[in-house]
Amino acid sequence: MEADSRWLTPPEPNKPSLPRRERLPYLLLLPAVVLELLIHIIPMLAGVGISFLGLTEFYLSNWRAAPFAGTGNYAIALNLNGATGQALLHSFTVTIGYTLLVLSLSWTFGMTAAVLTQRPFRGRGLVRTVFLIPFALPVFASVITWNFMLQQDTGAVNRVLLALHLTRSPPFWLIGPNSFFSLVIVAVWRTWPFAFLILTAGLQSIPADLYEAAALDGAGILGQVRHVTLPLLRPVNRVLLLVLFLWTFNDFTTPFTLFGSAPPTQADIISIHIYENSFVSWNFGTGSAMSVLLLLFLLLVTGVYLAVVRTSGAERRA
Amino acid sequence: MHDPAWFRWARVIGLTLLGLFALGPVYVMLTSALKPLPDVEGVFRWFPSRLTVSPFVDMWSTIPLGRYLVNSLVVSTTASVASVLVALLAAYGVSRYRFRGRQAFTITVLSTQMFPGILFLLPLFVIFVNLGQATGVNLYGSRIGLIITYMTFTLPFAIWMLAAYLDTVPRDLDDAAKVDGSGPMGAFVRVVIPAAVPGIVAVLIYAFMTAWSEMLFASVLTNDSTRTLAVGLAGYATQNQVYWNQIMAASLTVSVPVAAGFLLLQRFLVAGMTAGSVK
Repeated sequence: MEADSRWLTPPEPNKPSLPRRERLPYLLLLPAVVLELLIHIIPMLAGVGISFLGLTEFYLSNWRAAPFAGTGNYAIALNLNGATGQALLHSFTVTIGYTLLVLSLSWTFGMTAAVLTQRPFRGRGLVRTVFLIPFALPVFASVITWNFMLQQDTGAVNRVLLALHLTRSPPFWLIGPNSFFSLVIVAVWRTWPFAFLILTAGLQSIPADLYEAAALDGAGILGQVRHVTLPLLRPVNRVLLLVLFLWTFNDFTTPFTLFGSAPPTQADIISIHIYENSFVSWNFGTGSAMSVLLLLFLLLVTGVYLAVVRTSGAERRA
Repeated sequence: MHDPAWFRWARVIGLTLLGLFALGPVYVMLTSALKPLPDVEGVFRWFPSRLTVSPFVDMWSTIPLGRYLVNSLVVSTTASVASVLVALLAAYGVSRYRFRGRQAFTITVLSTQMFPGILFLLPLFVIFVNLGQATGVNLYGSRIGLIITYMTFTLPFAIWMLAAYLDTVPRDLDDAAKVDGSGPMGAFVRVVIPAAVPGIVAVLIYAFMTAWSEMLFASVLTNDSTRTLAVGLAGYATQNQVYWNQIMAASLTVSVPVAAGFLLLQRFLVAGMTAGSVK
């Protein structure tokens, strides 16, 4: 997990103040703006520039000498008849499948846990803390533990499967087709507590009298979930799903810790794929072109998503 | 309200299954860290054949864990403290003033958070290498270079969270301080910052955690002497011959302080994160 639970909060403006000291806000923002320029804006522009260059290891320490490649890098990345384009498309497909699985499982687990712990019972505080532990542990430490658990000969997972007679010979989990499911399980383990955390906070903002009113109308627990909880959680879910999507899609630490820099093809997640293309094969031109394409894709998905939820929200209110 | 019996059963079963899933790896980490080496070299054992703390002693010499630890501490602390300082100023500006460019600023901050890290890593790497060639200032492989790249994710996060948090600090407090003769900066330092301490600490801890676990930048931009815990431990764990009891002991050691800090402060984080979206 690089990234984080960010963007959940659009800063809600306080009452507008009279701008008596016009210069002060700019001075306050100055250090942040300078840093934003240095670490975000300039590198991003440089990245777009590099994507038009034939920047390989030979030109690395003198990038001005790198030959201009025009849109060549993009053509290579998108050429589905070439090896590079095919590998990129494969990686993209794997990442989409991975993201959708992790997203839906994490949301389902988080929602189930949030609803089951909504009403007070003895030990509720302890249960909530236990559920947050996977999210609180540093990713690399817990994924290393999963790596140990998924070892073919010495791992705990195969020990359980053998004990339950679910398999006769212990399968490999970190190479071959199983590696995809290993990655999904580890990512869900790590992600669902975050969904639980946010959904629990969302549930607490729902007034209790709404449930009482629903109960008086004869709604059982499932009816209350359907008619009160889910509709009122809509604004929370809207943001949560987007965050989980971006997070999972861009995840690098989980696959890198589980497989190293050369994952099995079945688990070739896009961030690792671009990384390998750039820092293992030392071709920064195509690597940059791929990351620009990735960014365009994410912007497109986010834009469409926001437009769709906004129209559906407006219709609901009308 | 009285819960029906089926719901209580569903609750027990559902929460038990989720709890086992959540705690399974924690149990493996904890028990394996206390096992002698032969226990982790054969078929997995649920209980240690005998308890030993030697993995916690040997781990320091199997890998240069001490050096990794110092590097991670220096880099994560500097990046998170610097981010919070810069972000506090910006958050105060965004929270208390309306001015031209305010929206452009917040949108930039917001959108850079959703960009994939690789987008910044590639050009920063090329820039660092070329800067080193041209001026002799070596950022590639240095802690300073890593700190700068870490601010690509700690800074926007800190600005965003702190702006939301300062919005919850009542403006009456500022005004009262101003009546007492403080300027806007005086009110900021004397009243607003003290009122925002829980939020500041939570953001600090979370930024620290993110930097502590960071893998992408550190795997490229560090060398043997500046390697961080995340990269060092993961690199060791993906080798062929691994002393799993020692690596579990090391993972446990570097997890406990961070996890404890997070669990203690998570409610402040959640308050900040959901403040806007719930409305």
